[in-house]
Amino acid sequence: MDYVEELKKDFRYIEGLNACINCGVCTAICPAAEVSEYDPRQIVDTVQHADNDEIEMLLKGDTIWYCGECLSCKTRCPRGNTPCYIIQSLRSLSIETGLFIESIQGRKQLALKRTIGEHMLKYGYCVYIDEIDTEMFPEQGPVWEWLRDNREQILTRLGASYRQEKSGALRKIPEESMKALQSIFDVTGATERFKKIEELSEKKAREMKISFNSGKDDYFRHLYEGHND
Amino acid sequence: MRYSRNEVWETYQKEIADNNFYFARSCIRQNVLPAAEDLFLKIIGTDLGKNIYDDARQTTCTGIAYHSGIIPFETTMTVVAHLFALMNEAGYENYACSCVTSFGIYSEVLETWKHFPEKEKEAREALKKATGKTFEIPKNLVHASDLIYKFRKEIANRSKYRLTDTTSGLPLKVVDHIGCHYAKIFPEKGIGGAEFPYVLAGLIDEWGGQQVDYPERRHCCGFGFRQYLLKSNRGYSVANSKKKFESMKPYKPDLIIANCPGCSFFLDRWQYVIAEMENTTYGENGYGIPVLTYEELAGLLLGYDPWDIGLQTHQVAVEPILDKLGINYNPDMKYKGAGNSNTDSPEQPSSIKMF
Ligand code: SF4
Ligand code: SF4
Repeated sequence: MDYVEELKKDFRYIEGLNACINCGVCTAICPAAEVSEYDPRQIVDTVQHADNDEIEMLLKGDTIWYCGECLSCKTRCPRGNTPCYIIQSLRSLSIETGLFIESIQGRKQLALKRTIGEHMLKYGYCVYIDEIDTEMFPEQGPVWEWLRDNREQILTRLGASYRQEKSGALRKIPEESMKALQSIFDVTGATERFKKIEELSEKKAREMKISFNSGKDDYFRHLYEGHND
Repeated sequence: MRYSRNEVWETYQKEIADNNFYFARSCIRQNVLPAAEDLFLKIIGTDLGKNIYDDARQTTCTGIAYHSGIIPFETTMTVVAHLFALMNEAGYENYACSCVTSFGIYSEVLETWKHFPEKEKEAREALKKATGKTFEIPKNLVHASDLIYKFRKEIANRSKYRLTDTTSGLPLKVVDHIGCHYAKIFPEKGIGGAEFPYVLAGLIDEWGGQQVDYPERRHCCGFGFRQYLLKSNRGYSVANSKKKFESMKPYKPDLIIANCPGCSFFLDRWQYVIAEMENTTYGENGYGIPVLTYEELAGLLLGYDPWDIGLQTHQVAVEPILDKLGINYNPDMKYKGAGNSNTDSPEQPSSIKMF
């Protein structure tokens, strides 16, 4: 596959890449570069070289998944590039081509699909109190534990509309809106992308001999907890 | 000619409508600060007498999923189009959102449609096919903190308290943290631009406090979307927050204020985690530095009871800032449920004081 041709179909690649002078300003301010083996300057440079094999290495590798999408690089690049947009187009292409399962970080897209992805279609929110426990999110701490354990009482005191069919915080989102969301996901490719993530992940899990089912199965735990990192 | 920083800020202004807003909630805020948005609605609606509509039909904007790389841009822009359609149906033209990620997403979608009109056409067709709906683009798009900024003088006029340390009479030292997606993507969409955002600093100035200008002031809190959401990548998040705490520590801030749901959450929770892991606290006497949102701070100054506006849901205790502001509060009411029912108090962490 001609990856550059594919990338050129993505407006984010067109927007994101003008002419990189390899100055490294993006890397200097990048929060991801600070904590991981990640260098946006190098990624922009690689993409600019338009070498198909090198781009394939990116699509199969961990690096493109280290960006935090803070977009600090958009403000600072002296040439008006946006490394983050280039990353976004590479990430999409990595999923579209199925190459995401070749890297530890890419494989983790399944864990994200199984949490925020599924929560959006179940609750209409990307996160919802019923799903956030201190085993998954230990940093939530004792106050969250208290709030969650006593949620009916406390949320009522605070005027929230928890699970109720009226406006307000944490309300139950009406059926009509939930249907609209599902239908938009179906029409615009999100449902298909979810299916692809599941199917290819299943294949990979079998190859790795890790049990694969749905929800928080062994393969999910392996990715979410980072057993192989 | 040399200009002061505040003068530089004033060159970046944006249009903020005066009344009649469709309010869009934040998924994260409804969970972790479940009273904050209702407080915002009370301040704008009841205290300032503006018309603001809280629609039960709204949904996630999908921004967190988009920035985590699990859904296509086309899905996000169509969900945004749907939210605009809901705004139109409710009879509004001004869109005010509570989430900075959403604000970035709306701005991104609108800019994309400007530069690539075929994407707007695509969104219109997808929305029609999925829901049968059409939509008009909002006349005015603002973040909730823009409204508090716009009405900061009116809030000051109604306030019972100022940002003054009542024990020393000195201005309180306040760190402002602006969510990256507020102005780093499109500097012209934020008050003060990306380098010197004034949306929260303006509140500090107007309400009598002193800004803290520390080296890592503009550094990201470390959300990183997929990086925080995966336990195995979460070190990214705490490491970046820690970099900020270490950088602000020598200035001894009394308070941190933030305008982004994720940021206010991380700057609160990571202080707890760092204390538990390394026995380091950044506030005084074993406390952390309290973290408030723009409306929580406005609410306190206006005289709302701290426990009615949900400040007991913060992990870092807010009592040190209440004491400095001279606010009377009843500690016995902190952990009450509905109808003053009793709940067991949360467990006290080992290394950071909570009450
Ligand atoms: S993308 Fe921009 S900031 Fe980064 S190295 Fe290239 S020119 Fe410099
Ligand atoms: S968006 Fe990604 S590449 Fe750009 S500064 Fe943030 S983490 Fe670095």
